Amino acid sequence: MDQMDAVQKRLFQEVADLHGIPEGAYNLRANGKALMRNTTANIDIQSKKDVSGIDIRIKSGTKNESIHIPVVLSQSGIKENVYNDFFVGDDCDVLIVAGCGIDNCGSQDSEHDGIHRFFIGKNSKVRYVEKHYGSGDGSGKRILNPVTEVHMDEGSTMEMEMVQIKGVDSTKRTTIAELKADAKLLVRERLMTHGQQQAYSIYKVDLNGDGSSADVVSRSVARDNSYQKLDLCINGSAACSGHTECDSIIMDNGRILAVPSLEANSVDAALVHEAAIGKIAGEQLIKLMTLGLTEAEAEEQIINGFLK
Amino acid sequence: MLELKNVSFSADDNGSNIEIIRNISHTISDNKFVVITGPNGGGKSTLAKIIAGIVKNTDGQIIFDGVDITEKNITERARLGIGFAFQQPVRFKGLTVIDLLRIAAGKTLSVSDACNYLSEVGLCAKDYIDREINASLSGGELKRIEIATVLARDVKLAIFDEPEAGIDLWSFNNLIRIFEKMRQERSGRTILVISHQERILNIADEIIVISDGNILKYGEKDIILPEITGTENAINICHKMA
Ligand SMILES: Nc1ncnc2c1ncn2[C@@H]1O[C@H](COP(=O)(O)OP(=O)(O)OP(=O)(O)O)[C@@H](O)[C@H]1O
Ligand SMILES: [Mg+2]
Repeated sequence: MDQMDAVQKRLFQEVADLHGIPEGAYNLRANGKALMRNTTANIDIQSKKDVSGIDIRIKSGTKNESIHIPVVLSQSGIKENVYNDFFVGDDCDVLIVAGCGIDNCGSQDSEHDGIHRFFIGKNSKVRYVEKHYGSGDGSGKRILNPVTEVHMDEGSTMEMEMVQIKGVDSTKRTTIAELKADAKLLVRERLMTHGQQQAYSIYKVDLNGDGSSADVVSRSVARDNSYQKLDLCINGSAACSGHTECDSIIMDNGRILAVPSLEANSVDAALVHEAAIGKIAGEQLIKLMTLGLTEAEAEEQIINGFLK
Repeated sequence: MLELKNVSFSADDNGSNIEIIRNISHTISDNKFVVITGPNGGGKSTLAKIIAGIVKNTDGQIIFDGVDITEKNITERARLGIGFAFQQPVRFKGLTVIDLLRIAAGKTLSVSDACNYLSEVGLCAKDYIDREINASLSGGELKRIEIATVLARDVKLAIFDEPEAGIDLWSFNNLIRIFEKMRQERSGRTILVISHQERILNIADEIIVISDGNILKYGEKDIILPEITGTENAINICHKMA
């Protein structure tokens, strides 16, 4: 970790809980360059030749291994597109930790657009954690436009935890998934925007195989003058089950547009969506105030719990 | 000591002004177990909320341990030692039972201490400690957790609004034990319970009957209880005992 400065270390901690060099395979990227890389007997990482990014190949049967691929930007004015492809073999069980932290103290915008593609083999299980974080008080914006594409083979499972709590000025996050028979996708998104921030979060899930299922749950909070658009769509084209849920709290002058949509192309598709937007319930604030919290402290606790 | 001086509360009900609490003056001493009873809609919950600062009285004064708290907000009153368990506890998405107990305790609360509070209210602690306080909890479970949040605080005056509503027979006896223990734990502590249950009225030091926004009668249990049981009024008051 010697090559890193204090800001970079802090960013790596925020986005990937890294307090040192991670176990297993990793590829740490800072300010547009690969900083450190490690491969294992089962997990190979190669730089792409034509564009910037990496190919990660996980051998069939790899179990209980992890891959960390966090990215940090600590220089103002960097703009990058990074293409990372994950080829996960059959019967794997792995944890992938991605995420991007931007610290921008300068006046130029910093932008990281990560395009992640997953090809998940039969009966493999992947847990994917992606945290986005921004800091720095420069006038330059911190921009993140991640695209995540998931191709799931029969019987595979993908659990995605997508978190963006602080400091990202503008984001458009697109997640597309395509599921074969008996594949299962679980998404837990946590989003908070403040100040003048704007966030667009788009999910498009195609349930193509019999027995496939998706559960996409987004919890978000829009404070100050921020704006969010949550666009959750599931298409069911087989005997499948899909559920989406947008649950949002607005505060101050925050605005949220939730657009859940379902498309059933098979009589055996069972699809459900739920969406709710509202301010913090007054009764919740009152309860916590009777326990001795101020109104502001009560709000903080309610939101922390909600986004946990 | 809690002193209510000419406390009134009126609210706007479809354009007409209705008086819900009518000029109540009463003193509740330290170290007492006081039960407020009376017919539905009589104003019991409203009066309790006025004491905790949740509802603002439109007239009169409230003095707590010599301090005029009339203008103090909910938080300030809580910090002065007033605790409140709601008739209808609220649910929180995401907050867990231990989160809420920690907020209540106002300090770092160990898992084993938190578990003790849950055991006291008859919940198997390890099954509940990490549960979210959301719609998945039953009404009775929620009610017990609500009581535990008051136990976790070191309050001088504890107010319970129909704590027995929705809880089963076994926890009912447990509840009475909780009140006794609370009184032993802190000298001078007063417990104010709103209840329709004769068994709770039975352990009271003092009973207050509230009807139509007024104190209909009050006094020592031995005097008031015979007056309100066995009369026609009692059928109304104690309707929930069946
Ligand atoms: N803000 C308000 N506006 C209008 N009416 C109100 C308001 N608050 C309370 N009330 C009315 O005042 C009356 C007293 O209500 P309260 O909840 O205090 O009764 P209670 O004695 O606790 O009854 P219960 O035994 O059913 O719990 C009720 O008729 C209620 O509808
Ligand atoms: Mg009531």
